[in-house]
This record gives sequence, C-alpha cells and structure tokens, in this order.
Amino acid sequence: MALSHVFETPVSGFNFENSTRNILLENVLDEGKTKAPKPLKTGTTIAGVVYKNGVVLGADTRATSSEVVADKTCAKIHYIAPNIYCCGAGTAADTEKTTDLLSSNLTIFSMNSGRNPRVVMAANILQDILFRYRGMIGANLILGGVDCTGNHLYRVGPFGSMDKVPYLAMGSGDLAAMGILEDRFKVNMEVEEAKTLVCDAIHAGIMTDLGSGNNIDLCIITRRGVDYIRPYQESEYKQRRQEKYKYKPGTTPVLTENIVPLELELVHEMVQTMETA
Amino acid sequence: MDCILFLQNTRGLRSQLKDSVPVAGLCPQAGPYGIQDTLRMGFSSVKNELLPSHPLELSEKNFQLNQDKMNFSTLRNIQGLHAPLKLQMEYRAAKQIQRLPFLPSSNLALDTLKGTDESIGFEDILNDTAQCEVTGEPHIMTEYKLGLL
Repeated sequence: MALSHVFETPVSGFNFENSTRNILLENVLDEGKTKAPKPLKTGTTIAGVVYKNGVVLGADTRATSSEVVADKTCAKIHYIAPNIYCCGAGTAADTEKTTDLLSSNLTIFSMNSGRNPRVVMAANILQDILFRYRGMIGANLILGGVDCTGNHLYRVGPFGSMDKVPYLAMGSGDLAAMGILEDRFKVNMEVEEAKTLVCDAIHAGIMTDLGSGNNIDLCIITRRGVDYIRPYQESEYKQRRQEKYKYKPGTTPVLTENIVPLELELVHEMVQTMETA
Repeated sequence: MDCILFLQNTRGLRSQLKDSVPVAGLCPQAGPYGIQDTLRMGFSSVKNELLPSHPLELSEKNFQLNQDKMNFSTLRNIQGLHAPLKLQMEYRAAKQIQRLPFLPSSNLALDTLKGTDESIGFEDILNDTAQCEVTGEPHIMTEYKLGLL
C-alpha cells in the first residue's frame, strides 16, 4: 500500500510509535478496572554449581502467566554453544530471544575465527545487549560453561550487571535454593555430589515458591561434552487420568442425512510410464 | 577493528564527556515553509514533541551515532588522526552506493565496513524492511530525497 506521507523507508529494530498510545490506553483502562495483558513470566528457580570437572546447571519447568500455570514442561536451560549453556529467569520471551541472539552471534564468531567461544565472551555480549536496553529486557541469566581457561559460572542481571561465582541461584525461588547451596557447597566436588546438590536446591525452590514447580532439568557440562537430562526428576504430584474420556460412537444421535453426489467430468487423461528397470 | 565491532566501547565514554552528540530531539517536523506541515504530518501536540514517550526512544535513535563517535575518538587517540579519517572516508563512499529511495538497497559495502554482516541484533529481526506493510509513493520519496518536495 503506497502512502503519500511516508518519505523514507522505516528503520528496522525497535519501533516506539505506539508507546504514547499504550500509555493513554492504560490510563483509560485502569479507571475501567481492566488491565493490559501481562507477558509470560517464568517465576523460576534456577541454580548452577561449579564442580571439579565442569559445571552443573539446574532449573525447574514451570512457566506462569499471573496465577495460572501456562507451561508445565518449559525448557529453561538454553543452548548457547556446544560448551556453554544458559539458564534463564524472568520474562520467558526475553530470555529465549536474548539467548538465541547470543547463540547466533557466537556461532558466527566461531565460524569466522575457527575457535570455540569462551564463556566470558558470551557474558560480555549479554551484558552489552542488556545494558543497552536499560533493564527493559527482563532476563536474569545464569551462564555456565567449560572452555580452554577452565570451568566458569556467570550471573547476568537484567540491567547488565555481571558476577562471576562458584555457585548461584536465581529466580523467584532463589532464596530457598541459595540456602541449600550455602549449606552444602564445597570446592571441587564430585559429579554425583554436585548433581544431588543442584537437584536438592531446585527442589527446595519448588517446595517453597508458587512460581516454580513440576519437573527438574539438569545440564552437566564437562570438557568432554554435555549431558542434558530432561527431566532429571519428575514431580511427585503428576496427575494421572482417572478414566477414559473418549465418546463412544453413537453418543450423538444423527437426525437427518443428505447425500449429494459430486459430478466430475474426465477432462484430460495422461499416462506416463515409470522406469521400473 | 574487529574487537570493537563485537563489544561496545564503554570506556571510550570518558573522552567524550566534553563534547556530547547533539540529540536531534522530537521537534515538530517543519515542512518546506518552516511551519508545521499539517497536511502531511497530521496535527501537532506540544506534549508529544517535547518528551519522548518511551525512556529508550532517544537513546536508541542515537545509539549507533554515539557508538561510532566513541569508537572513532578512541581510534584517534590510539593511532592518530589518519585512522578515523580514512575510515570515515570509506564509510561516506560506501553510504552513497544506494538504489532509488523506494527500492530496497542491500548496503553490502557499508555492512562489511561496519562489521554488521557478521553479527545479528534486533535490527535484523524486528521490523524487517523487506516485510514492511506500508510503502511510500515512489514519486514523492524521490522528490523528498532530491529536496524538491
């Protein structure tokens, strides 16, 4: 559609044309007691631990939309690079898109330079993206990975803050998870001990926080490879169907039946022999 | 130049404190006679034009400009005046390789110089100009570009 008031091609990227309209709409709607739809938040418990040979990341699988569970099997551990994975808390769309962008940029970099990306590089790129948007992108991320310089775990906040730590929990259930981690974390743990620790931390978050629940996913990253266990532990409150809910044929009575034959005319016939040698 | 393309040059800001980029604010778009062009731009409202409606609107509008300015300034401090001068000359030459205003230009040379062909950002995903729902009238856009409008 060619409009006569458009002088230049519109710039790509974020478009703020509707923000005035949205502010006006919200003011009008609040008086009528209706609210604008809220974005899907993950209301999560995510945790990460550095152990002797690598990094263990864990997350629950519940995604909430205000008071309703929107997704019972949400995947919160995102792939960034073959040796780097990222857990995301906050707005679900923001964490997914930001981690996708990061992953694409790192793939281009590793194709260009022929090297595996380092975890500190991923953390810096994330920090740049998030700081540029001053916290409008609601993504709290735990970045963990193994590269040539060792095993690393970084926390990146939505406003662009970065923190390098040996163990970490984030999300709405982070207080409970942090309690478990603070109590039982030791430097240079073995893999089974680390897995149990992260699983227990996420479990504590699930039990104490309404926004976390359902299954626990674990991701173990070592120099040799990645073990993404989904689910590591299923929820003990999983519902089972009580009965069969299919309708028997004949449940709905047929009142009338009207059959109209379609009259087709053979217009063109073409035979093509197939080579069956 | 490679390292600058990926990461933002936030430490270069210190040298920029004295001269800041003049922000082209949201002043009323003056038509050819200097006053508000109601026919083409619609009604004007003082409130709309004085303040940005979104906190990120101004910073996003000038983001690339500010980054470039900081990068060139750092480069000048490290390598001397010739470095940013040469680069800016190349940018200007590449910017002129365009098709007619209403046709999509690939900007291949400019992208390669800036390094945006090796990175993906929100500009590549959101509001893709190839899939824009509105286009301008070709004659009006060409006249605007040539300054005849």
